[in-house]
Amino acid sequence: MKDFQGNMLCLDRADINTDEIIPARYLTEISKSALKPHLLEDLVLDGFNPDTDLKDVRVIVSRGNFGCGSSREHAPWALEVNGINVVIAPSFARIFRQNMFNCGMMAIELPDDQVQSLFELGAGKKARLCIDVENKTLLATNDSGKELKIEFPISEFDKTLVKTGGWVEFADKNY
Amino acid sequence: MGKTIAEKIFDTHLVDKPFGDVSVLRLDRVFCHEITTPIAVQDLVARGKDRVFDADKIKAVIDHVSPAKDSKTAMQGKILRDWALRHGIKDFFDIGQNGVCHALFPEKGFVRPGFTIIMGDSHTCTHGAFGAFAAGVGTTDLEVGILKGVCTFKEPETFKIDITGTLRPGVYAKDVILEVIRQISVNGATNMVIEFTGPVVDAMGMDQRMTLSNMAVEAGATSGICLPDMTTVQYLWPFIKDEFQTPEDALAQYSQFCSDPDAVYAKKKTIDVSSLEPMVTFGFKPDNVKPVSQMTGTPVDQVYIGSCTNGRLEDLREAAAEVAGKKINPGVRAIVSPATPDIFSAALDEGLIKIFMDAGFCVTNPTCGACLGMSNGVLAEGEVAASTTNRNFNGRMGKGGMVHLMSPATAAATAVHGVITNSDRFKS
Ligand code: SF4
Repeated sequence: MKDFQGNMLCLDRADINTDEIIPARYLTEISKSALKPHLLEDLVLDGFNPDTDLKDVRVIVSRGNFGCGSSREHAPWALEVNGINVVIAPSFARIFRQNMFNCGMMAIELPDDQVQSLFELGAGKKARLCIDVENKTLLATNDSGKELKIEFPISEFDKTLVKTGGWVEFADKNY
Repeated sequence: MGKTIAEKIFDTHLVDKPFGDVSVLRLDRVFCHEITTPIAVQDLVARGKDRVFDADKIKAVIDHVSPAKDSKTAMQGKILRDWALRHGIKDFFDIGQNGVCHALFPEKGFVRPGFTIIMGDSHTCTHGAFGAFAAGVGTTDLEVGILKGVCTFKEPETFKIDITGTLRPGVYAKDVILEVIRQISVNGATNMVIEFTGPVVDAMGMDQRMTLSNMAVEAGATSGICLPDMTTVQYLWPFIKDEFQTPEDALAQYSQFCSDPDAVYAKKKTIDVSSLEPMVTFGFKPDNVKPVSQMTGTPVDQVYIGSCTNGRLEDLREAAAEVAGKKINPGVRAIVSPATPDIFSAALDEGLIKIFMDAGFCVTNPTCGACLGMSNGVLAEGEVAASTTNRNFNGRMGKGGMVHLMSPATAAATAVHGVITNSDRFKS
């Protein structure tokens, strides 16, 4: 199982698409690690600089319809090779969400108000997030000591994928 | 209780429901191209699982960057080519035979009503035009599809979109789907299947239905399905004539998949298109859509006619009719890319290629090329394209470039005028 804790980065925009997560011009790469320097390179967002702001980030919190656009799995891979195994948002594009769990990563869907409180907790502060897969809870803390504990939904299937490290191993064994 | 076409396809393909909410479906087709498949193949090899579930059900093409533009894309082609050879995948289309996957595979007769199809490509929904459940998937799903011939999906909810009225001359399936996306937004159908019904869809040929289904994913849909009818059967007839005595028999067989009158839908919407004008996108999201008349005069640098959305013969005919006997504006450059070799060939026979060349278009070989900003017409920073493709995301056709999506007729008119404009074919 992958590691699901660490510094949180808030990206305050809905509909962040896979072209923004990893631009199409890097699709010719045939290794995952080559994607590392290009994560979110094309995302234009006030106050966000992909060159400096992604350092040591482990969790991304964003708005609705995250991961829309192309089906490329390069998007979760670009996150994975940067050590980001969790994205939290009110909703995800179907393929992106499935890709995340297929890779043994997590796309956690929370209601708007809970995402909003995570944004508030992270606003202008350094914030950390820690996920307990077994108990379906996440704990967010910021450097002024504020804490937020949230229970999140995850299906048994997705949980199994997260715990077994992905769909290829599971399918080859079971079908 | 009645069922939708998607539910019926799910029922007939169900292998397992391991945790209640996910269905593992048996796949009839796994389509592959050289951008997403090599990395899946490499991973299978690394896991010691370099196998395929059924070489006859896997179809592969090099289409995105073709011919290869550099060593990296050459390597992607090579990995796919070697893999197809090693596993005896007969339907592998290399340079000379290759075309844009979602135009090529239907043309080869690989799709049937009631089929389940996956591909590592988001516009796989195009094949829903034939009454199939066809969905884009990521690389891991593709790997498992290749290896085991199965894929997981949530039970589909269906959004039924009834297109009523009659289209005015010069208004096409592209304008209809842009209007649909404008109305329901980029996530209006997330996790749902869109079922396109109504007299306007019934009257459309397969080329137009594919345009419609192609962009279902731009509204978030898993698949965009048109119900099989005589138009579907006629298109497929050359490929199925040995299986059935008459087209009516084929239709009777395929109709079993059609949604029941009392099927339950998650959402329903009726859109009357009688007063619809040609539409165009204006921002970086496919639901930023306006009538062309409100964008008239917007300058563009490049016009692109092609792609899995609008690179088919009917599209080239409409565009050629618009530019016949004219020259493109000196301020723009224009590219037309017939989506498959057969389309190219037919366009040659019909004199369309000559019309485009005389007008000043660059005619390219069949490939995705500029559509995803990888070759054959990438934009420079700050440049603007009028394009018949399906995505206007920031930088889609090249970093810092902007794309306005429109129909082939509107794109052709824009090439002639150098600014966005309605085609002469539209009578307002
Ligand atoms: S033409 Fe464009 S949208 Fe269609 S498959 Fe090729 S890259 Fe994708």
